[in-house]
Amino acid sequence: MAEIAIETRDLNLWYGTFQALFDVNIRVKQGMITSLIGPSGCGKSTLLRTVNRVNERLGYVRTTGTVDVMGEDVFAAGVELARLRKEVGMVFQRPNPLPLSIRDNVLFSHRIHRGNEKVSRADEDVLVEDALQQVLLWDDVKDRLSQRATSLSLEEQQKLCIARLLPVKPSVLLMDEPTSALDPKATEALEALIWGLRGSYTILIVTHNMAQARRASEECAFMLLGKMMEIGPTDALFLSPKLSETADYIEGRYG
Amino acid sequence: MPADVQADALSNTIADDLNTRGRDWYVDRAVSVGVFVGGVSAIVFIIGIFIFVTREGLGFALGTLDVKEFFTSMNWRPTSERNPTYGILALMAGTASVTGLAMLVAVPFSLGAAIYIAEFASGRMRESLKVLVELLAAIPSVVWGFIGMSIMNPLIIDMFDVPVGLSVLNAGVILGLMAAPIMTTIAEDALKAVPDSYREAAEAMGATRWQVVFKVVLPAAKNGLMAAVLLGVGRGFGETMAVLMASGHAINIPTSPFDSVRALTATIAAELGDTARGSDHYGVLFTLGIFLFVVTFVINLTADIVVKGVGKKQ
Repeated sequence: MAEIAIETRDLNLWYGTFQALFDVNIRVKQGMITSLIGPSGCGKSTLLRTVNRVNERLGYVRTTGTVDVMGEDVFAAGVELARLRKEVGMVFQRPNPLPLSIRDNVLFSHRIHRGNEKVSRADEDVLVEDALQQVLLWDDVKDRLSQRATSLSLEEQQKLCIARLLPVKPSVLLMDEPTSALDPKATEALEALIWGLRGSYTILIVTHNMAQARRASEECAFMLLGKMMEIGPTDALFLSPKLSETADYIEGRYG
Repeated sequence: MPADVQADALSNTIADDLNTRGRDWYVDRAVSVGVFVGGVSAIVFIIGIFIFVTREGLGFALGTLDVKEFFTSMNWRPTSERNPTYGILALMAGTASVTGLAMLVAVPFSLGAAIYIAEFASGRMRESLKVLVELLAAIPSVVWGFIGMSIMNPLIIDMFDVPVGLSVLNAGVILGLMAAPIMTTIAEDALKAVPDSYREAAEAMGATRWQVVFKVVLPAAKNGLMAAVLLGVGRGFGETMAVLMASGHAINIPTSPFDSVRALTATIAAELGDTARGSDHYGVLFTLGIFLFVVTFVINLTADIVVKGVGKKQ
């Protein structure tokens, strides 16, 4: 039995008076890629954004229930958001590199989390190369690290957005439809890269592309109208769904 | 009726219909022309002012005026009977010292206010602050001058035990407070223009609010912030009434903030009424006007270029 990286218990969430999540229970296994599927508005992005509490930026979000990451309750009073978000990295729908150089982007997170610790330039170079190697970007950008990250192609930007999470050694990576802004070829490259990261990181990925969930995830969870409907190994869920709603969605009868 | 005749009649009615210009068409034309005239008038006025100032001052500036003396002499004695001299060095020093101090006051205040309004305040607080700042920007400069004379003056005399309170310090503080609201508004616009996805990205990596502002938002908005400061400088440079009232209006190269000074603008305001049209004194004041015009033009142009981000790394 694999270790559990993320576990929610009876998670309810409201945006103002609108309830977006209803008693969501999910256990995400460590080191695996778990995809969240479901029609638009089913709460999959909301669930994802609750794990690192980035939802709270909105200011009118209320939750009940618990979310544990690596066994720690993220809503506990003593939890510092900065530490949580170091542990739980996030990749967004649209690539959002910061308007800094490629190098500074990769080091951004590391710099804000290392406090006053002195890190030599050579050590930083190692971090940068290592992170960019992991996302298969090093060879393309190694000669232009001081270039602005916003000048890269969308595919390269999204790879960079993954790379900048790695120097702080997160245990969980959250990905919110990371390929929805990319063309098919770039999508393929991103999927290959994400597939290569499994094992080292626990990856929870939201997708509205069922084919993507099928080919690029090991576990799959189906959500509908804010409720967690069915979770299981991806192959099993797609071949023999237990619920008729899951079967209907997978076969494209709605959504 | 034969078929071709019928078709002919039909096409006639369509042609008639297509060629009818309704009321909407005329309204649209009228509005287009009206808006065009409004837009072009700004250019016409600018050129008109420039021609007027130049016509009155340029002849004197190119002919009679000793340009070297104009820029390097600190003797401004335009009304001297025997030997009038027109040196603006002291006046430039006055304007520069007051504007410089004003920026020392205004930059931290306005950037702080802009950062608070754009990044930290929310809801009612933000809206009321914005209204308040715009209200401050609308206070007439003579009112600021009044504050300088009747509140700051005795305050400075009391606090620092100096004989006169109308000085660089007084005018600089007043001018700084005057320039701060407009600088705040422009700086806030610059911060607002930074896409929220940058903030979200940084926050999701665990950056605190302050780290987000300092490491992401301020660098991303730096062109707009520079422009805000430059426009503040332009505002300070061109301000007349408040400086005239608060600076002491004494020709002097200041050696301390408590010295009285006289500004370029204030000189024109105070003296133009007493000069005979066409006299040398009249001409030199217009030369001053040209000088001011050119400097503010350059400052504003620079601000504009900075905003557009010329020289931005690609």
